[in-house]
Formats: sequence, structure tokens, C-alpha cells
Amino acid sequence: MNAKKKKRTEIGISELYSKEPEQADQLLWGRQADPITRRGFLQKGGLMLMGSVLGGKIVFADHMPGGLIPIGLFEQDDTPIPGKHPDLVVLNDRPVNAETPAHLLNESLTPADVLFVRNNGIPPVEVKVDEWTLTIEGESALSTKTYTLQELKNTFKHYTYQLTLECGGNGRSEFNPPAKGNQWTTGAVGCPSWTGVRLKDVLNAVGVKSDAVYIGYYGNDRHVSGDPDKVVISRGVPIGKAMEEESLIAWGMNGQDLPAMNGYPLRLVFGGWPASTSGKWLTKIVVRNKEHDGPKMGGMSYRVPCKPVPPGAKVTEDEMCIIESMPVKSLVTYPKSGGLLKAGRSLAVKGKAWAGDLSVREVHVSIDFGASWQKATLSQAVNRLAWQSWEATLSFPEKGYYEVWARATDSQGNMQPMIVPGWNPKGYLNNACHRIAIKIV
Amino acid sequence: MLRIEWKFLILLLVSMAVYSSCVGEKEPEDEGEKTVQLEAQLIEEGVHIATGFKAEGDYKLVIANCTSCHSSQLVTQNRATKEGWEDMIAWMQKTQKLWDLGENHDKIVTYLATYYGPEKKGRRTPLLVEEWYAIE
Repeated sequence: MNAKKKKRTEIGISELYSKEPEQADQLLWGRQADPITRRGFLQKGGLMLMGSVLGGKIVFADHMPGGLIPIGLFEQDDTPIPGKHPDLVVLNDRPVNAETPAHLLNESLTPADVLFVRNNGIPPVEVKVDEWTLTIEGESALSTKTYTLQELKNTFKHYTYQLTLECGGNGRSEFNPPAKGNQWTTGAVGCPSWTGVRLKDVLNAVGVKSDAVYIGYYGNDRHVSGDPDKVVISRGVPIGKAMEEESLIAWGMNGQDLPAMNGYPLRLVFGGWPASTSGKWLTKIVVRNKEHDGPKMGGMSYRVPCKPVPPGAKVTEDEMCIIESMPVKSLVTYPKSGGLLKAGRSLAVKGKAWAGDLSVREVHVSIDFGASWQKATLSQAVNRLAWQSWEATLSFPEKGYYEVWARATDSQGNMQPMIVPGWNPKGYLNNACHRIAIKIV
Repeated sequence: MLRIEWKFLILLLVSMAVYSSCVGEKEPEDEGEKTVQLEAQLIEEGVHIATGFKAEGDYKLVIANCTSCHSSQLVTQNRATKEGWEDMIAWMQKTQKLWDLGENHDKIVTYLATYYGPEKKGRRTPLLVEEWYAIE
């Protein structure tokens, strides 16, 4: 083992192929092309391995010339997600899903490069902003209108709001029995500022019939299966939420263009609702006379049992209800979990709290596993649907291990639970108290 | 988070093998070392490094069938019983264009339920601290 490690060094695959391409094939993949056609794979093992490295079946493997460097090797990307902070935790690199460690969310305005990424499909590779259009149509629209991005900007008044966006599955990793999907811990949330036009201004310009009940979105990301005609995700919100002042068709984040992974050049933003309602790479909005029925609106997606069920229960689709406003929640964003503090010193802990469509009334912190609670100082939100900052100064009675827990209460008196809340099949809406570890030394 | 720059990296061994096969030399003293140790095939501590799969049982079938559309990470971060994995596969076949797994179906489900089955945990787990640090 040691001898092997010593011998290991790094040489580029291009270098290897430039020397002896067919040898390289043989060495890298165990690949031997057909000696006559010099194409294809004589042994299936080589094909399977190459396919697995490329991350996909090589469909026309029989025609693949020997000695060809698979281009997929160069397309596969281990570097940090474009435009994103390297410390984001990648849960899934294809499609990209990455969450933000709590301590990176300490600023009241979430920087664009730390906002989480939750992609259902593959983002558009080449975005031509000048040619980008948004079409509004549907059975409950009085007309069909298409706007270029520039026309949207020229026609409607601009608004900027700080809006909290949280994935419905944030916290899924704690559910037991485990729930399928990306295993988000606490980091699928953020609160940057968004700039755009009000969805209601655009809808009113197009005209909305009195029977309208829902809007749905379509974007131009591609389905992971590669099928260009397959819609990745098409969700939406009831017309009431769509008509709120803070519901935006946005092109800007924190005064810049949207990051590529967060929907550049255009998206919807509905603060306080599951982020999947805020469609990215937006190209079309449909005004519906019924609940929108695009992919991931129905079935079990973004739904929880209408009535509470025991952990692990079988729940049928007709017993599931769509998630609307997200529940009250908070994070400890300073210090980072795992801090060692000298005995006798006090600690100023800081965090954020939010409550879906509501506001946060109080935040409490505990250093004794919830036996006693201390009230934190809580700031007002900069606007409706923005998170609120809180702060508390803690002192610790003696040396040892502590957990700092934070618990927010919303404007209707709903509190975060200390244990993981009601189990649901897809693992949504875990708003259990956030905990960080501190040692007094 | 396992983050390995495996794709452009191969062993010196490989270049030595290329070189030695070009000039017709042999390394008779160590046959094992001549095996191609490409990073893509590398297994360390029972884990297939390139995908993160536990390199046991039918893991190669799982790589071939379950990493075409999505990353292996979407599999390895999940835990489910046999029934749970069956449900996920059925959902992918119904809505996400996953193909019929044919004779490999049961082998794949068995691998997943064996190596990625549910773990016993309560309503809150102990906090995991990767590295303690001093608060200034």
C-alpha cells in the first residue's frame, strides 16, 4: 500500500493520449477497439467503465473511434459550482444541489454566491439575453402576450424586495424513516434582495379572467434524461399569492444579474413559500382556471399528508395536500458550530428567523437542551417576507459541552418544535430548532 | 464531502506502463503493480472512489443504470428499505424515463437495500463537529 502511494503521481489524460492513443484506451478503460474498423469495444467491460466515468451510456459506442479522448471527461466538472462559494456543500452534482453552511448566512442580506442551489434539471448552457422572452397565456388569461426581457424592464415599474427563499425539503435529512430526495440539513434557505417587476402588474396588463385560480410557470432548463421535450418542473401558486405586492418576476439579485444557477436571466420569486414555486429560467406563465397540473404539482411532490400520520405510514396521493406558506424557523449563524470558548467569557450568538407568509414575533435561545430559554433581541424585517436578525449574549456556568438551540415564534404564536416535527413521506417542512455545539474550555 | 480530482489523474504507474510497453521493457518483479490503477476504477476502504458507492456486490450494475441521468450522490445520500427503493425506481420509471432494468432489477434493489438501508436514529441525532476551533 505504501509503495503504491509513493509511486502515484498526476499526469494529464491529454498527455497520455497524445503519446499512444490506443495504448491509452487500453490502459484507461481496458478498451480494445475492433482491429478492422478500429471502432467500438471488443470487451463490454471497457465500455461500461468509460460510460460510468463519463456519467452516461455511450450510445453510439460501436462507432466511437479508438484512441478518441471522450469529450465528456472534459465536460465533467469537479470545480466549485460556477458563481458559487467553494464552501457550499454539494449534495448532488448532477443535477446540481448545494446547501449553505449556517455560518455563511450571518449577513442580513444573503450574498449571491452563498445562496443555495436546487436544480431539478440542467440549466440552459447559452443564455441569449437579447432574445429571451416571457409569454403569458392560459385559459384564464384574457389575451396572450409575449415580452422580451427589455420590454418587461421598459413597460413595468421596478421593485426590489428582500425575500426569504427556502426549499420545501430543507431539513429532510433528519426524518426517520428516511425520506427520498436530496438530504438537505439546514442550508436550503437564504434571503437576498430581488429586483424585478410585480407579477400582478404583468398579469393585469395581460388581463385575468374572474375564474382564474392558479398560475403555473415554465422554464427552459432541460430534463436530466436528456429528452428535450420533457418538462423538468412546472409548479406555481394560487392567484391570491401571485397578486401580492412582493411576488416578483425578477432579473436581479443584490443589484446584479441573477446567478446562472439561480435562474439567470429571469425567474419568479414568491417569498415564504417552497422555493420550487419560484420558477427559474422563466419563459412562460400560464393563468389557470384550476389548480396548475404541471410536473411536480401533483402526486407526492411538495405535498404533505392533509392529516397527520404516524412515521413510515403509507399515504395515498389523494390524502396529500400542497404545501403553501413555510413554517416558522430560525438558524444560529454565529458562531460556527464547534467553537471552543475560554471559561468566563460571554458569547454573543446571532442568527436569522423567518416564518413563511407571517413575521417572527420572538426568538429564544437555550444552552441547557431546552430546559430554560432566554429571549433574544429581534430586529424588524426590512420588508414583508424578509427574514429577521436576532442576537443574544450567553454566559456559561462551567466548563464542558453545550448546545445552543434557537427557537422562533411566529406572529400567530406557532413555535419551532425541539424535536423533528410530524413525519411525512417526502420529508418536507422540518422546522426543528437549529442546534450548534460549543465547548467551554 | 468527498471531493476528489480523479478525472485527470492517473497513476505514474500508467505512464510507466505505457513507456515500458513502448520500449518493450518488463517489470517482472511486481505483476500486481502493472494492473491499471486508474482513478476511475480505484477502490479505497471499500468505496469506489469515483462514484462514492460501496464497492460490494453488484455496484457496477448500479453505476451503469443509476448514474446516467443523475449523480451517484443522489443515491448515496439516501437510505431506504427494499420497498422504499422499489418505490423510487417505480417513480423514476413512471415519470423520469428510467428504463426497464430487466434481469438486473432485483440485483440493483438488493444492493441498494443492503448497503443503503435505513439507519437507526431518533428524533434528533448527536451534533457532528468536524473540527473544533477557538472562538476569538
